[in-house]
Amino acid sequence: MDAQTQMRVDNGINVEALLGAREALSKMPEAARFNWRATCEWINGTHARSTIDSYFGLGEEQMHRMAHRIDSDHPELFAAEDHGATPVEIVLAGLAGCLTAGIAAVAQNRNIQLRSVKATLEAGMDLQGILGIDSEVRNGFDGVKVIFDIDADATREEIEALVAQSQKRSAVFDIFTNPTDVSVMVS
Amino acid sequence: MNAAAFSAGSLQVGTVDVVIVGAGHSGLAMSHCLGRRGIDHVVLERGEVANAWRHERWDSLRLLTPNWLTRLPGMAYDGDDPDGYMRRDEVAAFIARYARTSGAPVRTGTTVRAVMADDAGYRVDTDRGRWRCRAVVLASGAFARPSVPRIGASLPGGVAQLTPYQYRNPGQVEAGGVLVVGASATGLQLADELQRAGHPVTLAIGEHVRMPRMYRGRDIQWWMHAAGLLDQRYDALDDLSRARGVASPQLIGSRERAIMDLNALSAGGARLVGRVANVRDGQVQFSGALRNVCALADLKMARLLATIDTWAATHIDDGSLPPAERFDATRLPEKKILGLNLKREGIRTVIWATGFRPDYSWLKLPVLDAKGNIRHNGGVADAPGLYVMGLPFLRRRKSSFIHGAEDDAQDLAGHLAGYLDALSRPGPSRACPASGTRSRSRHGALEADRAVRPRCD
Ligand SMILES: Cc1cc2nc3c(=O)[nH]c(=O)nc-3n(C[C@H](O)[C@H](O)[C@H](O)COP(=O)(O)OP(=O)(O)OC[C@H]3O[C@@H](n4cnc5c(N)ncnc54)[C@H](O)[C@@H]3O)c2cc1C
Repeated sequence: MDAQTQMRVDNGINVEALLGAREALSKMPEAARFNWRATCEWINGTHARSTIDSYFGLGEEQMHRMAHRIDSDHPELFAAEDHGATPVEIVLAGLAGCLTAGIAAVAQNRNIQLRSVKATLEAGMDLQGILGIDSEVRNGFDGVKVIFDIDADATREEIEALVAQSQKRSAVFDIFTNPTDVSVMVS
Repeated sequence: MNAAAFSAGSLQVGTVDVVIVGAGHSGLAMSHCLGRRGIDHVVLERGEVANAWRHERWDSLRLLTPNWLTRLPGMAYDGDDPDGYMRRDEVAAFIARYARTSGAPVRTGTTVRAVMADDAGYRVDTDRGRWRCRAVVLASGAFARPSVPRIGASLPGGVAQLTPYQYRNPGQVEAGGVLVVGASATGLQLADELQRAGHPVTLAIGEHVRMPRMYRGRDIQWWMHAAGLLDQRYDALDDLSRARGVASPQLIGSRERAIMDLNALSAGGARLVGRVANVRDGQVQFSGALRNVCALADLKMARLLATIDTWAATHIDDGSLPPAERFDATRLPEKKILGLNLKREGIRTVIWATGFRPDYSWLKLPVLDAKGNIRHNGGVADAPGLYVMGLPFLRRRKSSFIHGAEDDAQDLAGHLAGYLDALSRPGPSRACPASGTRSRSRHGALEADRAVRPRCD
């Protein structure tokens, strides 16, 4: 690929900054230890509001540009008021956002111009689990399907490689596919 | 260290220019090249020559590299089966013959207990006395110890656990199911052997490197060798640390030249599961990323074959060359297994084919990084006069293979000779051998390459 094509590829990702961060953090593993946070307040019924503003990283406290709020609730079918997506849908959105961002970053790094990226996600769940009807049925998803529809200056094989690589580097994909130790306590 | 060893260790037995630790093919290749340059050295070996091939390999092991590729500086395979794959005892015999014909000054039965700096260079303490030298070559093996993940400790009791170095043959494995963890060359070969011996096999699969044994009528190693892929240099890569961590290819050396991949294993009955992620309540949990690691391996294999096809189109003028081939994607079961209760499943044995590591526990020098890996630039370690051989992608993609030792030993012997010369010339480097050596070790390797190197074969 010549220098001109390289210059023209712009997916809005600053690859130099990412590579610089990688280089810097490999020398300072302590600075690479981040803490992500969210708080959540009950409003009414199954409606709750999460707020995300601060996090810890690069050795100090950090703030988002502004506080982000996410409402969660349940649909009317569950006799709720549907003020927001269900928590499991928000989790799916997390997976989609993570993989999609990864695709943009890998594409930029590989000099592939993206025109559109659309992910469609589907996750099966048997409510007999959460309703306690059948203890053999797990609460969570019994599987997740992600279908990417990507328009880019690349062959099908290159696009498949982008998608595969974005999973390899995705935090949320890892959270989904590997067990995580979770402790829930009362303060 | 016990008292006897200590007193033996303090007995001075000799002074040489160079001590080489380990008489596997790496140490012997270096010995050959130093010998050709007239550099005074000794090779210290805790066991026998080619100890790893005699004592640390399972019975049925054959090389996954073909005989014609098996060569060392000054000696190439000269048997009557160039396209075959040596058994482990044949490898040991090949290396032993090499040690004899090149007259390597090997001291067998001599275990190095400590290597440390002293005013003249280095002090090498062994269970048979102390050596002093100006330079040290670490050739003690990149695959000295099997590495077993910590979760091994939380497996339920009553399940036997074996490393590839403890495993010899299926006769040693209790009747019943086997979980083989790891799907590189070792894991696949052991899974295949155990399955053929009648054990129900479950194979836990992380990232792996898939390639066919034969491609377009020739051994895949022939293609990689001819197209120059095995000669790719360490200083020409974007991501060297990743390249150094790449697992061994899914290959087996057999008379049938059979393909050894996940499809072949599952066709034989093996159950494919993701990486072992955790053990909880007697249940082994597997990663749900199995499909992704298989997709990555399939894509990378396709890329390798495309590279070969491109090369073949311009370099092979042979009308009889079979056309390009592509292989089936890895087939995975519809129903994914994310956890297994070993007891309930009748799995009595777990084999950890999860890779190998060097052992530098006796190296008393500040040259290891936080992860215990030696800091080096193409084999020139981060201490003056210290060299290392045989590590994955040390200087080239082939560095950890037998045939990879030749070029590396020649390069590094050249660098080492230059180092000794500089030491014996009066000047600042002699007055203070330790100062300014960091920059030397960074750039020295490259300078040595540019200089015209005498060949030592
Ligand atoms: C299972 C397996 C299969 C492989 N298959 C192939 C293949 O098909 N083709 C190929 O080209 N390569 C293959 N390799 C890679 C490589 O060729 C071998 O690992 C080879 O043994 C490496 O040779 P070496 O000389 O670098 O180290 P080693 O053969 O490990 O030799 C190191 C020597 O150092 C000695 N030593 C260690 N510590 C001390 C000490 N403190 N004091 C004194 N002596 C010490 C050891 O006893 C040993 O003899 C394979 C490796 C493994 C593990």
